[in-house]
Amino acid sequence: MITLLYFARLRETFGLSSEQTNLPADVADVGSLTEWLRQRGGAWQEELAHGRPVRVAVNQDMATPDTVVRDGDEIAFFPPVTGG
Amino acid sequence: MTVRIQTEDFDLGAEILDLRRSNTSIGAVASFVGLVRDLNHGTTVAEMTLEHYPGMTEKALAEIVGEAKQRWNIIDTLVIHRIGPLKPTDQIVLVAVSSAHRGDAFAACEFIMDYLKTRAPFWKKEQTEAGAHWVDARESDEAAAQRWNAPPR
Repeated sequence: MITLLYFARLRETFGLSSEQTNLPADVADVGSLTEWLRQRGGAWQEELAHGRPVRVAVNQDMATPDTVVRDGDEIAFFPPVTGG
Repeated sequence: MTVRIQTEDFDLGAEILDLRRSNTSIGAVASFVGLVRDLNHGTTVAEMTLEHYPGMTEKALAEIVGEAKQRWNIIDTLVIHRIGPLKPTDQIVLVAVSSAHRGDAFAACEFIMDYLKTRAPFWKKEQTEAGAHWVDARESDEAAAQRWNAPPR
């Protein structure tokens, strides 16, 4: 199982703050996980489209598309941060 | 090093007193307080809500402070960031740094703030006359953080 978290605009658009799912067989990294989510269509396809400024953290560290994703990981998707 | 994420307001004077009074080698304290403005991109902000990523926020801020400690000779740090609903004139964030001499405190305080703006997982949602919207990240904030990577002149 992996835990997926969504924050800010993504949480609102997806209508979901977190979910648990089995790691899909063909998902090995952040890039392929994002593609897998994109295939849900609708808001997922739109918000996670190539070129959209979405940030991803794996186990609470900022990640890049080639960051490896493993069973048990916590993976968060969110817009660029705007604190301070 | 102290990092606090809280809904309550903070008292700058009391916080700085706490930061400095136990250590007689402190010769300087630099602090920054960020406030909610009533105007952003020309629209009137009635209220804003701060959301964060519990766990990662504390981790990211600890890493930022750790990097500041590598770069400057600082004694202690305090970061307070508020979450939840906030109104214009409310305090949002406090960064305070103590050191023996002012240069380290000034630089580290600005560095921590610049990195917080671009690396700590907080998001602002503004409530305006035209409705609610999520604030977009600003390129000028990224540029402010990037300049700390520039080679020394």
